[in-house]
Amino acid sequence: MPVSIRDIPREEYLVSGHRLCPGCGAGIIMRHLVKAAGKNTIMVVATGCLEVSTTYYPHTAWKIPWIHVAFENAASAASGIEAAIKALKRKGIIDPKKDIKVIAVGGDGGTFDIGFQALSGMLERGHDVLYLVYDNEAYMNTGIQRSGSTPLGAWTTTTPIGKKWRLGEWRPKYRKEMLFVAMAHNIPYYATVNPAYITDMYNKFKKALSIKGPKLIHAFSPCIPGWRMREDLTIQVGRMAVLTGVWVNLEYENGVVRVTTPVPKRKPVKEYLKLQGRFRHLTDEDIALIQKAVDEYVARINKIVGKEVIGPVES
Amino acid sequence: MINLRRAFLTGNEAIAEGALVAGCNFYVGYPITPSSEIMHYMARELPKRGGVFFQAEDEIATINIAIGASWGGARVMTATSGPGFSLMQEGIGYAIMTETPLVIVNVMRVGPATGQATKSAQGDLMQARWGRHGDQVAPVLAPESPQECIELVIKAFAISEELRVPVIVLIDEFIAHMREVVEIPSEVRIPIRRRPKDPSETPFGSPDPRVAPPMPPLGEGYYVLVTGSTHNELGYRDTRSFETHFKLAKRLWNKVWLNIDKLFEYEAWGIEDSEIGFVTFGSTSRSVRRACKLLRSKGIKAGYVRLKTLWPLKLDPIVELSEKSRAVIVPELSLGQLVLDVERGIGDSAKIISYGKVGGGEPIYPSELVKLASKVLGK
Repeated sequence: MPVSIRDIPREEYLVSGHRLCPGCGAGIIMRHLVKAAGKNTIMVVATGCLEVSTTYYPHTAWKIPWIHVAFENAASAASGIEAAIKALKRKGIIDPKKDIKVIAVGGDGGTFDIGFQALSGMLERGHDVLYLVYDNEAYMNTGIQRSGSTPLGAWTTTTPIGKKWRLGEWRPKYRKEMLFVAMAHNIPYYATVNPAYITDMYNKFKKALSIKGPKLIHAFSPCIPGWRMREDLTIQVGRMAVLTGVWVNLEYENGVVRVTTPVPKRKPVKEYLKLQGRFRHLTDEDIALIQKAVDEYVARINKIVGKEVIGPVES
Repeated sequence: MINLRRAFLTGNEAIAEGALVAGCNFYVGYPITPSSEIMHYMARELPKRGGVFFQAEDEIATINIAIGASWGGARVMTATSGPGFSLMQEGIGYAIMTETPLVIVNVMRVGPATGQATKSAQGDLMQARWGRHGDQVAPVLAPESPQECIELVIKAFAISEELRVPVIVLIDEFIAHMREVVEIPSEVRIPIRRRPKDPSETPFGSPDPRVAPPMPPLGEGYYVLVTGSTHNELGYRDTRSFETHFKLAKRLWNKVWLNIDKLFEYEAWGIEDSEIGFVTFGSTSRSVRRACKLLRSKGIKAGYVRLKTLWPLKLDPIVELSEKSRAVIVPELSLGQLVLDVERGIGDSAKIISYGKVGGGEPIYPSELVKLASKVLGK
């Protein structure tokens, strides 16, 4: 396992020339994912920013086989590919010893919403596929509409800011939590990754790919235009998400949840919110409500882990 | 007194504005290019006017939420584009079978599959008519400008409420994103959904095939049974007998086809003496109109028939156009779908030329049509 960024291999399979925005979180995540997977990898990508931006006419940024299906079915197509390879290996048409990785990738829209059924089917049937969701917390490719992962209070084009802001009314809870989805499907490995913690992210990719069966990885992916933030703040926003407890780097393996980036003293959630224009309209009362939601989320994680890995807010 | 308000709107915004004027109080959608602006507009405007804005998790959910809302008593619209429209087909069939009023807007883009998401096309014509399995009919309207988007969306609501049928409004990306001055009426009259007066009025049976049965809203005390399975006039399932199914299917079919005089609208220009004719709909008709004028100025008698209602369809105007014309040209932003109707209507009484062009956001230019018409006539 690499311990520092210098130990990560130099080979690139997602190469320069793609049209992702400067500072895009998804670019950093995907580059390291395919580095970890190596060249015997098949990529299945759902409709989204990543799909359109890395395959811009007349180029492709991928140095591995790549297939885009429709919006709702990256997990289904990956299931089919994996099952076919398994059958061909059994018949000896493909060398059974050959290690072929199948990776499916979707955004939060293609995973939390329209692709949820396909994902659930894939996890339940137990295909040997790594599914990665790069979560930029809205439908960024079609024009910043809210998704099942949009956090409490964020502006989107389908949750416009009006005179009467109904924070907490339209979404009483925090976002759909993929950890519990993974636990409910009883899969061998689930992890959350954050591009601000590169080696942690890389190690989790490596580990996931070494495990047989369905794996799910949930990646925090800052979006410059959608989050209304400066393009040089991607890593800072990612780090601040962890330091405030908005995002928890963890992994779930063999029924045990382990937090990989403990935070003994949390920063107030305001430190995270103020870096992004999508939260600009929030009042102090709104922020207090969001702080409460984060506190509840952290308490829930601490309870599952069994000890206080994410500490209280520093005063 | 009806006042007109002038505004400078895109086709998508005009669709939303038309729906608001028609009293739409429930919008459900799922974002998809190039229809998303309808959703954004509704997200901003509908809650202000006391309506419900709803975002679903996909298009299958969208169409079924719309059906649920309509049965709950709301006046419902949804908008989508090709891939989403494909996912909605099962729900649209269900809405036809259960006689659920709702309006579905399909902003056409290049297909099949993901195609070219931001580029205009007219390839969903046949899908809008025939996308569902089984014998079914749903009216399809096709505006050609933002102004007509308003008018035909209002008409769509009127038809759907009166006939208890889902109505499809078909526009393409050119109309969706072109901005023109429109006049919005301050109020319009939409038929109020009829409710059963007493138990003798059945929710799924009507003595006059042209009249929709009354619709009891859910939750007001009616023990109504709503099902997509074959049902009798009371709504009770009958998945075995020939009589029940044949009667139901015929009635649903006739309800739309016998009202064709009310539903069918078209525009004809210069067809009295045309030697070359065009049959067209949607954004392409704007080029056809210009081409006809250019041809007339060159001394070539050109005329066109523009269909505002694509389904149910009357072939009479197309036949009339063909009587004088030596050739009929059918320009479309597809490989040729409307041309099949023209072939069906006029057989070989005039030469039929399909002029299909699609992809890359390329329109059919008037100059192309002028050149083609001149060549066909040898002038």
